[in-house]
Amino acid sequence: MTKHLRLALIAASVSLLAVSAQAHRAWLLPSATVLSGADAWVTVDAAISNDLFYFEHHPLQLDNLSIMGPDGKAVTPENTAKGRFRSTFDVKLAEPGTYKVMVVNHGVFANYKLDGQNKRWRGKADQLATAIPANATDVKISETQGRVESFVTSGKPSTETLKPTGTDLEMVPVTHPNNLVAGEKATFRLMLDGQPASGVAVEVVPGGIRYRDKLNDSKVTTDESGTFSVTWPGPGYYWMSASVRDDKSKIKNAQRRSSYAVTVEVLPQ
Amino acid sequence: MRLLISAALSTLAAGSSLAAEATISVDIPQLNVAEYHKPYVAMWVESADGSKITNLAVWYDVKHKDNEGTKWLKDMRQWWRRTGRELTMPADGLSSPTRAPGTHQLTFDAAAKPLNGLTPGSYQLVIEAAREVGGRELLRVPFEWPPKALATAQAKGESELGTVALKLTP
Repeated sequence: MTKHLRLALIAASVSLLAVSAQAHRAWLLPSATVLSGADAWVTVDAAISNDLFYFEHHPLQLDNLSIMGPDGKAVTPENTAKGRFRSTFDVKLAEPGTYKVMVVNHGVFANYKLDGQNKRWRGKADQLATAIPANATDVKISETQGRVESFVTSGKPSTETLKPTGTDLEMVPVTHPNNLVAGEKATFRLMLDGQPASGVAVEVVPGGIRYRDKLNDSKVTTDESGTFSVTWPGPGYYWMSASVRDDKSKIKNAQRRSSYAVTVEVLPQ
Repeated sequence: MRLLISAALSTLAAGSSLAAEATISVDIPQLNVAEYHKPYVAMWVESADGSKITNLAVWYDVKHKDNEGTKWLKDMRQWWRRTGRELTMPADGLSSPTRAPGTHQLTFDAAAKPLNGLTPGSYQLVIEAAREVGGRELLRVPFEWPPKALATAQAKGESELGTVALKLTP
């Protein structure tokens, strides 16, 4: 294999990876988002797939799953299981109010050269110092952070769980995420490290992709206050996502990619 | 004595003719379906801009054990969003069991709760029905309050509700 060909192949494999990372969507899908009654439960499916919301690729790993109850305290998921195409868990909505379900992953990727060989490494930030040999050259490090969320409400919606954590990319609802109705306009804000994330493109994709020819997605860009609005064309589940790249990683000389995705349910009038 | 009684009766009669009231007649249609459950029905009055809600009645499965009938209250989704999710069910004077197909009549005294809270203006009577393993329908009947003369208005449903008639007596 000539050196040129090998380089070309490496370049191709890198760009393929980039493409596949873009194409697949990570999502949480609650069985219901608006519930009444004293003994309310939801089952949540979690998957990574191309089409929304179908199980056809990989289950979403639930190692970093957490659920915040209306009082801001953690709720333990029940009946957690991982299938071939999806993970699943139940949430008992013991108290009235709004629950936030989230999977937040942090990772680090590194590319470097050692003795003329290209090397790749992925792991956690605290392993980085020992993972890359001291004599490595052309070290390129990127920190990745991904937040996947959904919201469910039993009874009257509450707002404690809507507060941002102040780290990485996240969405702060202005319109309550469990009060969405077809034909109405809903407003949200994107924050990066607790500051407004302006000029960020948000993709909005309605579920049910399998049964139509067009994706029917829409793109909206956040304004200077990080705000964006969506007028829901019809009822159903929607997936919204955004990502930013910058050099504000806490890891020295690293690039950061921070991504956010949320599933919301829009009810008919 | 006879005089006294007739005086008392005329006072009563005068009293009732003075008391304005609203009568709502709701037709629950007979449906030919494999699995029939009586519908959940919510009735409320909405100000013209939708900002003020006055609940009139909620028919749901109040007798279900452990209040489990509340699980489907959200299926009356407009009512749930407007006011239902703010309430605790069952609620005195508001909730009652579901009703069988037929015409049901409810009368509300203008001088008593909940209608005595209505300020003069334009309103809509809203009625929403949702049936387990069935459909959902919502009807609106606009009216002016208080009535200056005897007034009637109605709306006709297509699936889950028959005729809903409102009669306002000044």
